[in-house]
Amino acid sequence: MTLVDPGPVFAALADPTRRSVLTRLAADGAASATALARELPVTRQAVVQHLAVLDAAGLTRAHRHGREVRHEVRPEALTGAARWMTTIARQWDDRLSAIAAIAEEPRADDARSE
Amino acid sequence: MEDSIVRETVVAAPVQRVWEVLTQAEYVGRWFGADKAEIDLRPGGSFVMTWAEHGVGLARVERVEEPTPSSPGLFSFRWAVEPGLEPKPGEETLVEFTLAEKGDGTLLRVVESGFSKLDRPAEKQEWHRERNVDGWRQVLEAVAGHFTG
Repeated sequence: MTLVDPGPVFAALADPTRRSVLTRLAADGAASATALARELPVTRQAVVQHLAVLDAAGLTRAHRHGREVRHEVRPEALTGAARWMTTIARQWDDRLSAIAAIAEEPRADDARSE
Repeated sequence: MEDSIVRETVVAAPVQRVWEVLTQAEYVGRWFGADKAEIDLRPGGSFVMTWAEHGVGLARVERVEEPTPSSPGLFSFRWAVEPGLEPKPGEETLVEFTLAEKGDGTLLRVVESGFSKLDRPAEKQEWHRERNVDGWRQVLEAVAGHFTG
């Protein structure tokens, strides 16, 4: 099991247009930059740039379909980032439990008087 | 996807006691699972944790607001993602603890944020990965178990 580096994934998803692109690709399947630009309120050039960021984060990949380059979702990176978040959350749960245990244990001077 | 992790727990101890455990070096080493911890407890102060296995983890204290009867406590620091690195933009996350009275106990909440701003070259991310794999978690569990068991 490998854990992806979440930085690029979170950075990629921080932009609302990229989230729209990803949502569109996830819902309706592979599409070209030209097709995406028709559906979204941005230029084709902007879509191409956003797709490059999504590609670099491992969230999408491009493949040639005839004369067109189409882009599709790769869900693995998203799953990886979610798993990474879960792992970090568990680590904090462990630390909070440790803080609670220490705060709740009898103080040293109390223990001596027992 | 959210760029932060929020966890909380209720501690059966007074706010002041939880504040001590949270901020005093002798306790921090224990709950962080570090062999040694040093904190200069003021904004901008250095916060150093030493692990025999991983090296030295560096953080910088951001805010220190001791709880009072009328206000909740707040302790936050910027934490470098790898040992030996100074915390700085692109290589740190922000960890923020808040403490508030809840009944006879304390509501302790932690928020770690800034994951989308991490920007480490891939070839330098070894420890960052290692920090998140199960081996590391087992160390923490062992430590947590030691205190609760």
